[in-house]
Amino acid sequence: MSTMTNFEVKAYPEMWENLDMDVARFDKARQMLGEAYGKMFMAQENRPTKMEYFDDLIAEIFGGRIQEMLEVKKSGKPVVGTFCVYIPEEIVVAAGGVCVGLCGGSPGSIPDAEKILPRNICPMVKSAYGFKAGRICPYFQSVDFVYGETTCDAKKKTWEILDRLVPTYVMEIPQMKKERDRVLWLEEVKDFKSKVEEVCNKSISARDLAAAITVINEKRKALQRLTRLRSANPAPISGKDGLLIEQIAFYDEPGRFSKKLNELCDELDKRVADGQGACSADTPRVMVSGTPMALPNWKVHNLLETAGAVVVNEESCIGTRYFKDLIDEDQTEMDRQLEVLTDRYMQIDCSCFTPNDERVDQVLKEYRDSNAQGILHYSLQFCHTYNIEEIKIREACEKEGIPYLSIETDYSPEDVGQLQTRIEAFLEQIRE
Amino acid sequence: MHIGIDLGSRTIKVAAFRDGKLVDRQLVESGFDPYAQAMEMIKVYDSEAIVATGYGRHLAREHFAREVVTEIKAHALGARHFYPRCRTIVDIGGQDSKVISLDESGRVTNFQMNDKCAAGTGRFLEIMAASLGFRLNEFGAVALESETEEAINSMCTVFAESEVISMKNRGIPARDIARGVHFSVVNRLMGMLHRVGFGNQVVFSGGVARNPCIVRMLRDRLPDTEVVSPPEPDIVGALGAALHAAR
Repeated sequence: MSTMTNFEVKAYPEMWENLDMDVARFDKARQMLGEAYGKMFMAQENRPTKMEYFDDLIAEIFGGRIQEMLEVKKSGKPVVGTFCVYIPEEIVVAAGGVCVGLCGGSPGSIPDAEKILPRNICPMVKSAYGFKAGRICPYFQSVDFVYGETTCDAKKKTWEILDRLVPTYVMEIPQMKKERDRVLWLEEVKDFKSKVEEVCNKSISARDLAAAITVINEKRKALQRLTRLRSANPAPISGKDGLLIEQIAFYDEPGRFSKKLNELCDELDKRVADGQGACSADTPRVMVSGTPMALPNWKVHNLLETAGAVVVNEESCIGTRYFKDLIDEDQTEMDRQLEVLTDRYMQIDCSCFTPNDERVDQVLKEYRDSNAQGILHYSLQFCHTYNIEEIKIREACEKEGIPYLSIETDYSPEDVGQLQTRIEAFLEQIRE
Repeated sequence: MHIGIDLGSRTIKVAAFRDGKLVDRQLVESGFDPYAQAMEMIKVYDSEAIVATGYGRHLAREHFAREVVTEIKAHALGARHFYPRCRTIVDIGGQDSKVISLDESGRVTNFQMNDKCAAGTGRFLEIMAASLGFRLNEFGAVALESETEEAINSMCTVFAESEVISMKNRGIPARDIARGVHFSVVNRLMGMLHRVGFGNQVVFSGGVARNPCIVRMLRDRLPDTEVVSPPEPDIVGALGAALHAAR
């Protein structure tokens, strides 16, 4: 049995009260998160010591970080909530503000959503909406506004309903990547910038934007470095910890995050040089590809690593899709900066685009780069675009002889038994 | 002696294997205390090694099993014992239905399982039989008497039961409804078979392979493929586990 499982997410009832939250209920969620985190994360063996910073960020997820955001807000700077890696956070950072990812990864808020929304839609959309409807997310309670997008139908139509609870704006993301789509996209980026400027009552200068681009590039580079380190065998860090860091990237202060992540990577560098791993060198190495896993969705990673595998890469929005591309830092004039920014965002290979064959190549590339031995494709229920694009990923894996398993699931624990059987059979396949 | 035990959702199966031969087998209902039931079953053997599979495999490992294998691998090994060159296995158990694809050497290359619900499983047939007033072991034979070609539509066991009730109340004969139930199971299975792919032989295992109507429908739908079943299809998983123990 595991020993080090005591972990507590800190409580800030007074602040929550001021944020108009359902404090009694939220406090239960806080306790449950602490227990789950203790069991899944603190009980892991051979963890890098520099994970301490990220553990602290989870302990302060409903407190310290919220306080920081509220201070930024008090100084008149914008706090923007987003749901997608297509919303350019560089612009918010350029305005001195905070951009926070609000995607929902918990089954706990879904009953709140189902009082209004249909049941048969994506669990991530329901979970996110439920956090606002139930007043059980301090991030949601702190934002000036939400900036959604049109990357799926469930989201697109939910924004109209969410707007009743919190000001919600929508960026139109095209569905193809032709020249005329780029023209539209650039206009949408400019609209976003105007909205951010409106809140802080200040226009963003080219110098502000250049500095912000560098800050976010540094964050993405640090995440790239972590991904490269995970390709070592034995893996120097568990997949759960890797995913956790990618999740934290969406709410931590970016400059500090990069610094702390680089410190962790320095430790991992040493581990790799010493041949020291979070697991043994004969542990089956799995890459996960597909839909995002928003905090605190650790379901599949936990199943995989409990069954004896190590996850070495996430080809996902909360994963490489978020940080594989950088923005050209050589531009000094605003119009050009916005163009190269848009070009960078257009490289993200989300399945909401058609065609999207570059993603198939990217999956195969990451499979090779991460020294994985199999690919698990993960699709959230009712995510039609990823679910259908899965056909092409599967065909590519068959062609390359890559062990492959596709699962479709939501946040509920009811299918854990069946998933466990599939995952164990998949690992048997890899081991033989 | 090597023992394989398959702790399934509905029944527990034990296969005892010695010198390349299946020398004993048992099958009992899982009941409320599968652990006690399993202990009762294995105590009669003086075994070198017990390997567990099925839903309760991890429970068995905590208490008495040396090792566990998944149902997927167990069925692959068990089916190969009876049909040494088989490449495709269809297994319908109490709670799962699966299609497994093997390479020439018998390694699992691909598999499909039903989703978390019971649609298309043995349990589904059991509930439908009960709501039509048939015993499970006569359900297939009754369905074979009908000549209708209409499947029931609901994928979900609960909804399917209401569909069956409304059909009864429209005066549709029980045997026709029974046939519709069987059709819907085979439709699901065909979808899984096509996704995994299959060759000229399919081994059908699991308790549902005893149902003559499912077997007949599967043969009709796979005209160029030989559909075969071992004499005791429910024991295939336990036998596979025993074979793994003997490795």
